[in-house]
Formats: sequence, C-alpha cells, structure tokens
Amino acid sequence: MEQLVQKLKEEIITALNLSEMKPENIDEKAPLFVDGLGLDSIDALELTVLLEKKYGLKINTSEEGKKVLLSVNSMAEFIRENKKG
Amino acid sequence: MREVYISADNIITPLGFTTDENAASMLAGETGIRIVKEENMSPLPFYASLIDPKLLLGRFSIFDDPAKYTRFDKMAICSIKDAVSSTELNLTDSRTLFILSTTKGNIDLLETDSSDKRLYLWNTARMLQQYFNFSNEPLVVSDACISGVQAIITGVRLIKAGLYDNCIINGTDIISEFVLSGFNSFKSISTGPCRPFDRTRDGLSLGEGSGTIILTSDPSACGNVKIVAGDGFSTNDANHISGPSRTGEGLYIAISKLLKNTPVKVDFISAHGTATLYNDEMESIAMTRAGLQEVPVNSFKGYWGHTLGAAGVIESVMSIYSIRNSILFNTAGFSESGVTNPLNIVNASVSKDIGNCMKIASGFGGCNAAILFHRK
Amino acid sequence: MKRACTIASYCSIRGNKVILDDKLLYKGPEDHFSDFASGVYKHFSVSYPKFHKMDNLGKLGFLAAEILLKGRDIINKYPADKTGIMLMNSSSSLDTDRNHQRTISNSNDYFPSPAVFVYTLPNVVIGEICIRHKFYGEGNFFIMEKFNPSFMVNYISQLFDNDIVDCCITGWVEIDGDNFESVLFLIEKSSRTETGIANFEPATIESIYNRK
Repeated sequence: MEQLVQKLKEEIITALNLSEMKPENIDEKAPLFVDGLGLDSIDALELTVLLEKKYGLKINTSEEGKKVLLSVNSMAEFIRENKKG
Repeated sequence: MREVYISADNIITPLGFTTDENAASMLAGETGIRIVKEENMSPLPFYASLIDPKLLLGRFSIFDDPAKYTRFDKMAICSIKDAVSSTELNLTDSRTLFILSTTKGNIDLLETDSSDKRLYLWNTARMLQQYFNFSNEPLVVSDACISGVQAIITGVRLIKAGLYDNCIINGTDIISEFVLSGFNSFKSISTGPCRPFDRTRDGLSLGEGSGTIILTSDPSACGNVKIVAGDGFSTNDANHISGPSRTGEGLYIAISKLLKNTPVKVDFISAHGTATLYNDEMESIAMTRAGLQEVPVNSFKGYWGHTLGAAGVIESVMSIYSIRNSILFNTAGFSESGVTNPLNIVNASVSKDIGNCMKIASGFGGCNAAILFHRK
Repeated sequence: MKRACTIASYCSIRGNKVILDDKLLYKGPEDHFSDFASGVYKHFSVSYPKFHKMDNLGKLGFLAAEILLKGRDIINKYPADKTGIMLMNSSSSLDTDRNHQRTISNSNDYFPSPAVFVYTLPNVVIGEICIRHKFYGEGNFFIMEKFNPSFMVNYISQLFDNDIVDCCITGWVEIDGDNFESVLFLIEKSSRTETGIANFEPATIESIYNRK
C-alpha cells in the first residue's frame, strides 16, 4: 500500500504537471481539492483519465468521483479494492 | 455615426439549407439532434446534430465538383453562396471584407496528415475569399464558442470605423472525432438530446452547421424590414479557462456594457444555453444580476446542438428572423426550469412583436460576448 | 493624425531571446521551446504554478505578458473591464491540436486528455493572461497568414476611439512545431502615458516587429 501511495504521488505530479511539487510535499491523507494542491475541475477529470489509463479503472458517477478523488489514500484504496490480479 | 444593417443571411443545419427552411422545420417541432452510431467518431453511440453528407453532396454538385472540396468547405460555400445570391450589394469591390468564424476549420484532415496546408484557418479563409472573388485579405476570428458573435461585433466595428462598407461573415464548424473526443473527456456530452435550462439537463449535444450574415452600411439593400446590428462587447471572466464563472461576472459585465451603451428595454434574449449544468446556471445568474429575468429568453441549441464557431452566427440569424417575422421560437428540450434564478424561458413558439434581441454567448478561455439587433 | 493611444512598451520572445523595449534581458541555450520557456520562467523568478499546466502557446503568451507588465501596476491604473487583449497568429492552436490528435489516433491507447483538449483553442491564452492579471475587458483572437501591423493599428485604435478600452495588450503569439515568436505591445491611452516609447502607427509597429 505504501508503495502504491508513493507511485501514485509521482503519477499525479506528472499527470497534472505539478512541476514545483515533490512526492514528499503531498500529504496522502489531506484533501486533494481543498486548498492543498490548488487543483481544479480539469485536474479532477485528468485524475479520472489517470485511473483509467494506468489502472484500467473507470469512475462512473460524479458521486463516486468525489469519494475516490478525496485524497491520495482514497485513490490508492479504490485501486487496491478494484484492481484485478 | 453610421449604422450597420443586415442585408442577407443563410443558415445550414440538418433542419434545412436556408434560413426559411430551418424556420419551417423549427415551427413544425423538428430537431436535428439524433442518435449517431459512427465508430470512426466514437466507440459508443452519441447524440449530435450532423449534416447528412449525401444531402450536402447533392446540393454542392449542382454548381461545383464536390471532389475538389472538403466537407467544411462545402458547407461554408453553400451557405455563403445562398446569402450572396440574395443581396443586391456589390461584394467584390475593395470596400468589402470577408470574415470567417470558426474554432477548428478543417480539423478532420489532421487524422490523415498533420501538416496539411488546409489545416491553417487563414488558408481556408483565403480559399473561400478567392472562390467568391471577394477583395482584401480575409480575417479569421477564433474565440472559442463566442467566435460567431465576436465576428459580427468585429464586422460592425470595422464598418462603423469607416474601414469597410460591407462584411460577409461566415461561421462554420464540423464535428469529427477530434472535437467529440475532447468534449467527451470533459464529460460534457448529454445522454440524450440536450435540454437547455431544464431541471434534467445533463450536458450539451454537439452540432455542425454553417451560417452567413452580410452586414452593410447601405440601408437600401436590406429589404423592407430593416434590422440594425448594434454595438456589442466581449469580456473575460478572469476566473478559469474552462469552468463558467460561479458569479456570471464576465457575462454580466458584457450585458451591462451593452445596456449602458444602448439603453433599451430588451424584448428577447437568445441565450447561449448549451444545457451543461454550469453554463445555464451561470447565464441565469448573469441575466438576473442585469435585471433581465422577466425578458423572454430561449436557447436554439435543442434544434441543432452546439455548433461551436458557427453558433453565434447561426443563432444571430435566427434571432434576426425572429424580429423580422415576429416569432418567438420554443426552447426545444426544455420543460421544467432547472436554474436557481428562474428566467422567463420561452416554452412554445408564439407570434410576438419583437423590436430588438440581445444575443449572448460564453466559451472556453472565460470569454463572453453580447450584441444587440434591433428593428430600424 | 493624433491617436488616442500610445505604445507604452513592447516585449519580444523569439530566437531564444527575450527583449523588453530594445533591451536584451535573457538569452537561452535551450533547443526546445518547453525548455526555453522553463528557463525564462526561472530567470524572471515568476511564481505561478499554473504556468506548468499551460500548453506552449499559453506559455509563450503568458511569459511575454508577464515581462511586459512587470512593475506597471496596470490593474490599479485602469478599470479592469477597460483593459483588453487582442492577439493574432498564423497557426491558431495547431501545435496543441497535434498533441490532442495523438491521444486519440490509436484505438488501443485512446485517452483524450481534458488538460490538453482545453488548449485546442487559441483564445485560451487570452484567458490565462486575464486570470493572472485580473483583466475583464475585451478579448479577441484573430488568425492571419502573417503579422499585419495595419490591421492591428486600425482595430485597436477604434477600440480606444470608442472608449471601449483604456489599455490594451496586443500582438503576435505564434508557435508551430519548433518555430515560435511572440511580440506583444502594451498600448495605453495617450493622456495617461507620459513615458510612451513610440507613436501607435503601422510603420512604428512594423519596425519594432522587424528588430530581431
């Protein structure tokens, strides 16, 4: 799980072009969309593309999206629960 | 100060190849939006308003060789040709400017050749200008979904400044995998035909079309009912590059500037009304802030979808038709209000004397525009 | 004829050089635009994390505006809704259009990106500059084969003459493959600028544009 969280942080930085951030600057427990990283609606959509592209996981409703994209931890949890194999 | 009049116009959508054909289909309650199953455009079926390629080919073949022109070219040429043939103005002299409004031009060509010269919008405009023997280097306006309104505002300004006497403004956009995949990635495509301002709206329907407006300073070439294209303004939300402003700031400023410049009682508003949750909500906030919540307002998007760079031209043409023929068109797809600031949404086509119409639009990049058309 | 507006300043970014009012401020060794843009960003100590999310056209226009407007306090000098932006180029957003096309051309690797697609419209760079500097006024993006100083002067002049703007950022922002060129002008109301660098005339604009 820790490994996944670390990997996810790196993938988020690349996918969202957060060039001035390092993985250790991202608190995996902190909300992604309130202040913190200053993410916006395009970033949210981009994170759903990331989950689909790297993990083959689709987010189907915006309610589900809000839950999954809450924090790095919630994203990791979603991947762990749904990823086959 | 010289005034600018509408001399002729045309629109091409699945509902018809002329303005009159479109109006007749609209009054008969038709819509151009239908389910499309085209795997080369999208893995899943989607709702959109697309021009039947066979019909376009048939129309075009009457006067020219269709093999020499792209789908975009054919639509634009058909539209300009119809408008040009219905005006007495001499449009080939040096006092006339051709303006093309488009977001993506011949973007479908990118699928096969990323360096095709026809991908350059100025090149497409140049071809159209030469096709019709218009003088002067053409101008291309590309301001996302406000392009069409912005192109008309630009034409009015250039004529008022005395730089030209006439402007032919054509707005055209086609729908291909390029645009569809992008709007899909934004999750902004509706699950059925779009429902502007409705409680159950869940996104927009894309549409393709072409519209032409001929502006002139010469009122003698404008028929009996003379329609003036008044001043217009564009603004920016300075807030976000894709999300509409939560306060409607930019659109509110554009409307306020317009009403300060031309203090009138607005008879009718043609809204942008894309039927995305946030756009329609934003427009309702801006119109309410401007004190226009009682004014009859419609969205034409339920008839032919969101035609992008053509939308401002096509919808202005239909607004002008509304003034000329004293008709308010129904907001197709609307049944129950779903915006927090209730508006006076037109929910049936009715006869009504309309002296003026405000056309508004908003788009990516945070841009907004408003223009006023009125009877002389 | 006395014009209502004056060229207050200009900034050009091309040939790996940044020039502000004829002064060379930066020359970069980078081969690719994105590296050069990062070099400019660092050199001028810009701090704006959203910069890294922009496409190349966005970065080019943003940086030129950043350097042009630095220390000028435009936002307090003029009403925000009377500060406009009019930009022109030749290839619209084709540079990013090609990137978006790459995300959809292979059906086995079909992942269109909203963060790329949003930049497939040239006027988004206007939005970026407006967001950064809090400008609410006119925004126009025109496409033409080559930079046309006469059109620019005619169009901008009528905006000033009709009291639509008091201040305007205008110019050429072009990127197509490895070729990039941005020349932006800050145009202000004559009555408010004592320190303009030149008259707002097609000939002056053209001569500045040709000073490479």
